[in-house]
Amino acid sequence: MSLVMDAPAAHPMARSDVSEKISIRGLDFFYGQTRALKSISLPLYRNEVTAFIGPSGCGKSTLLRVLNRMYDLYPNQRAEGEVLLDGENLLSPDIDVNLLRSRVGMVFQKPTPFPMSIYENIAFGIRLYERVSKSELDDRVKAALEGAALWNEVKDKLHASGLSLSGGQQQRLCIARTVAIHPEVILLDEPASALDPISTAKIEELIDDLSEQYTIAIVTHNMQQAARVSEYTAFMYLGELIEFDRTRRVFTSPDKKQTQDYITGRFG
Amino acid sequence: MASIYAGRRRKHAIVMALCIAAAVFGLAFLLLILGALLWHGLWGLTPAVFTEMTPPPGGSGGLLNAIVGSLIMTVLGVAVGAPVGMLAGTYMAEYGRYSRLTMFVRFINDILLSAPSIMIGLFIYEVLVVRMGHFSGLAGAMALAVIVVPVVVRTTEDMLLLVPGPLREAAAALGLPRSYVIIRIAYRAARAGLITGVLLAVARISGETAPLLFTALNNQFWSTDLGAPMASLPAVIFQFALSPYKDWQQLAWTGALIITFAVLTLSVLARVLARQRVTQ
Repeated sequence: MSLVMDAPAAHPMARSDVSEKISIRGLDFFYGQTRALKSISLPLYRNEVTAFIGPSGCGKSTLLRVLNRMYDLYPNQRAEGEVLLDGENLLSPDIDVNLLRSRVGMVFQKPTPFPMSIYENIAFGIRLYERVSKSELDDRVKAALEGAALWNEVKDKLHASGLSLSGGQQQRLCIARTVAIHPEVILLDEPASALDPISTAKIEELIDDLSEQYTIAIVTHNMQQAARVSEYTAFMYLGELIEFDRTRRVFTSPDKKQTQDYITGRFG
Repeated sequence: MASIYAGRRRKHAIVMALCIAAAVFGLAFLLLILGALLWHGLWGLTPAVFTEMTPPPGGSGGLLNAIVGSLIMTVLGVAVGAPVGMLAGTYMAEYGRYSRLTMFVRFINDILLSAPSIMIGLFIYEVLVVRMGHFSGLAGAMALAVIVVPVVVRTTEDMLLLVPGPLREAAAALGLPRSYVIIRIAYRAARAGLITGVLLAVARISGETAPLLFTALNNQFWSTDLGAPMASLPAVIFQFALSPYKDWQQLAWTGALIITFAVLTLSVLARVLARQRVTQ
């Protein structure tokens, strides 16, 4: 653990009592010539939920998309600095991005079920990485759906199209699909912003359950949501990390005036 | 204010009347053509059309060799042209979406798409027929393939571009390699559109005459030999319709009826499939 503390450019909030699953150090991000992230340093603690909040365009989604190298899909986007996943720099060109993405899963704002059955949506990812028997596959699909609190709703129509589900169910299907391949980190990009309050509550409960096994980073526009689901909160503004602390502290007695103005609704 | 509104209503009535007139004008010709085809073609639609070869003047016969020739060259043309078109379209929509090469290929493809088919026939004539020393079904099929390619390139690219980006990102986020994202997710999401594109290409080439006249020519007899001249419905219609013989003219009408309804069926099928994609 001391290794983390001694490391250069670690965030001042880096703690020794909980280990860092991901350590972001001096991260800059560019869309072409535009610098969208400015020297971000931030820890993501193991098996904790960290929320990224801030006004639109502050770079919180960009930051999330660095953590699984999603930006690699597009030309003219690049990241500089260090992002350590269990001590290994995931920005290094030697990293196999597909393997990285199997360890760092992601759920998007809009539900994105694949154009196939509910069962196949989940089995698809499992088969990609493992050779499993039919019965084991059935068990894994069931476990993933249970893990995403969806099993009871879909157990009688596993072979119906994933697109036939409601928005909230589709989103839980996407979470189940992500969880099914046993990642270590789960990135959630505004996972509930397209959902109604009941579906949102289910997703939030789910995030709470998942944090027992996974390290979670969530981007949200909803500050109550950040307060409800996260243990740590990072407030970002114009590509800079303004404040990072325990969620309780960020929401009750933030250090920076900008943070206070944002969470009290004075801007953003 | 009332006068402004009355003026607007008048304009609306005028434009509406013009639109309806234009639609009636177009539809009337379509109906006249279909009506004439049915009227003249149905008389000659006997079992013999599908069982006998094209006759000499004055003899009795059917269109079997032409129908089979058309089928062979169309299937071969699509079998060669569609994969090439799909691969090119896939490159443009997936791998090379942001590259200059894609813009260049798209430009060239648009030119090819609207190139007169007789030029494509001449091109294949120069490249294949002259070198082989004779007309052949193979050359005909290749000319049709060249016509298929730009149609399929265009629809494949368009359909893949319609697949939402987040779906690709979601697939990539599971750690799928690029090729898997394309084959297992993007193709699947765009499946109906891709099939529609191929069907439209089939519809397009099954009526082509000009490129076949320079390549497959025609054949009065039964032949499935790709190395020899091959009969096709459009070429037979062309030859028989211009002839002075009544029975040949009758067969030309019947052949035209068959082609038209085959193409119509394909177009309707393509429409139905395209609609399925939307409702998904």
